[in-house]
Amino acid sequence: MEEKSKELVVRKIERGTVIDHIPVGQALNVIKLLGIKGGEGYTVAVVMNVDSRKHGKKDIVKVEGKELSEAEVNRIALVAPEATINLIQDFEVVKKTTVRLPERLQGMVRCTNPSCITNKPREPVTPTFRVLSRSPLLLLCEYCGTRVSQEDVIKQYAG
Amino acid sequence: MFKGRDVLSILDFSVSELEHLFRRASAIRPGNGLRGKILATAFFEPSTRTRLSFETAMLKLGGSVIGFGGEEATSLAKGENLADTVRMLDAYADAIVIRHPLEGAAKLAAEVAEVPVINGGDGKQHHPTQAMVDLYTIRKEMGKIKGLRVALVGDLRYGRAATSFLYGICKFGVEKLFLVSPPSLKPREEVLEFLRSSGVEHELTEDLGRVVEEVEVMYVTRIQKERFPDPSEFEKVKGSYKITVELAEKMNKGAIILHPLPKVDEIELGVDKNEHARYFQQAAYAVPVRMALLSLILKGR
Repeated sequence: MEEKSKELVVRKIERGTVIDHIPVGQALNVIKLLGIKGGEGYTVAVVMNVDSRKHGKKDIVKVEGKELSEAEVNRIALVAPEATINLIQDFEVVKKTTVRLPERLQGMVRCTNPSCITNKPREPVTPTFRVLSRSPLLLLCEYCGTRVSQEDVIKQYAG
Repeated sequence: MFKGRDVLSILDFSVSELEHLFRRASAIRPGNGLRGKILATAFFEPSTRTRLSFETAMLKLGGSVIGFGGEEATSLAKGENLADTVRMLDAYADAIVIRHPLEGAAKLAAEVAEVPVINGGDGKQHHPTQAMVDLYTIRKEMGKIKGLRVALVGDLRYGRAATSFLYGICKFGVEKLFLVSPPSLKPREEVLEFLRSSGVEHELTEDLGRVVEEVEVMYVTRIQKERFPDPSEFEKVKGSYKITVELAEKMNKGAIILHPLPKVDEIELGVDKNEHARYFQQAAYAVPVRMALLSLILKGR
């Protein structure tokens, strides 16, 4: 679970989502991938570099009032391949999901090569990547061989 | 192992499969082995050798050819997408050769078509049958492929023939590979990464004069003007390397100069008559290699 230390850095939330076990330094990227810019009305807490029982240190993101869609859960795996997603109701964890980064990614990321066939409109083709590295993320386009970095992926979601 | 197979990248073929192809290419003679078979050539980019040598190969084996070159005369000009065009050719022909300016177009075509698809060049990425011709030329002219000292000269960034040749020659194993280009035309990162992980000894350099004296095979390519995102970048590297008669004369005895053609000014005209020049022979070998490939894919033998 989250911080088991004597006192919590950030209070418990009543309803929403806690994204736990984020690699240190990736909390802001998780927020970017979720498209949260600050004006959406959620209360967001970012906890960075706290002790973890599983790993040495970790980041945590709490979003009060938001439940994640399946697509959003999958997206988090792009920067936090071992994150756990806790759905909170009445201050209690009611559902725990572990994200999964598959070996092949289909449709979640666009190829950065403008002359890749997957960027041509009106062709029946889904961008497909082989995962070369999970952390930091490195993808290989199966159509044109271009390498797409974690930075490229975050840019696609954060605009 | 070849029948019904797509030919998308030289990386999909093992050394023993390529050796098998080369033995077939050496032995193949004109005949009627492909009578009743139709090859569709779909060329969305200009081509002389690739298209015409595929056509020649098909005709020499008794088969027929349909197809087009350039988008203008087809429904592409009316806005049809690639997938629909390929579906039509799939219904008409027994195999499709496709050339397209976008990387991955041949892979998409292969997904859409039931019949085998041969990549005749997709953007800057792959040109597998050119690599087959290049390797076959080395086998014929040098008697072996493995263990040579090889230089790749020119546009190694945008040149698909250069990239496919590099992948192919590394499969066979070279003693050393020299990559000679201006810094802005050195191989793309994914190609350099392939080289690093392949363990092939290689050196990136601009010093053509030194490399010329070190190698047994010198593979020269044209600067791919049409693939430069910015024309001013092309102006900067235009004419940055040239194989002159003087340079050719410094080559080792028995060394050869290859070029996938078309060449413009990267090889001085006088070199054409030099004892080391083999690029016209290389272009001629395209016919038996493509005959063998078509026969293997369509008939399995």
